[in-house]
Amino acid sequence: MILTNVETVPGKTIVEHYGLVQGSTIRAKHIGRDILAGLKNIVGGELKGYTELLVEARKQATERMVAQAHELGANAVINVRYSTASVAQGAAEILAYGTAVKVV
Amino acid sequence: MEDAVDIIAVLVPIALLALAFATGKVLERRHYQSIAERERKLVAVPAVTCETLDDERPVQQVELAVGSVVVSADYFKRFLMGFRKIVGGEIRSYSSVIDRARREAIVRMKESCPRAHMFLNCRLETSSISGGSGRGIGFVEIVAYSTAVTFKA
Repeated sequence: MILTNVETVPGKTIVEHYGLVQGSTIRAKHIGRDILAGLKNIVGGELKGYTELLVEARKQATERMVAQAHELGANAVINVRYSTASVAQGAAEILAYGTAVKVV
Repeated sequence: MEDAVDIIAVLVPIALLALAFATGKVLERRHYQSIAERERKLVAVPAVTCETLDDERPVQQVELAVGSVVVSADYFKRFLMGFRKIVGGEIRSYSSVIDRARREAIVRMKESCPRAHMFLNCRLETSSISGGSGRGIGFVEIVAYSTAVTFKA
């Protein structure tokens, strides 16, 4: 599956459009990580635990989007966008969406 | 007894401020050094915000490149912001935190596709994941993503 965030797939031609596909996941913070992050908050800088958490979440959202595109018979998703929203205290939603297409 | 409690109540925040000031400063300088170094290495691989490829070379591979980082400001910077809120204006101490994070995210995005020759349509997204508790900026996540293009050799 080819993923791009431009409206074409460079070097290939789009032959069929299948429409919007999306994948999302809602993740809650882990209390242990939260305590560590609280300590890290004193000296500032990167919070690796949270970075990993969100990287993982984004990967899962992307996988779900790809699975949906696969079902439609697509071999590429173009114009992929990510968005993050805080849906509740201590939980974040990661959304990935794009247009499923067939390229040759 | 009450005096002792008072003294501790004053000393703890001062100690935290001193700790945050010293370590925060050192960590920030180190981070900037590491970013500058890695940016120099990757300067030949541009990340552009254009969507179209202005290159005639045949394309071998395209993939989505993503880089992200979650950061927070240190205790001292949050303390400074308390003052800044009184008179208004730019909060320089926070600007540097976000600037660092954004550059780190772009560098990570580039590092995730070491064979790419170009990064098209680079997007930057910032989101606060503190859950809106209202205490400063809390944690901020910066995501950089783009289409990594590799040309045929």
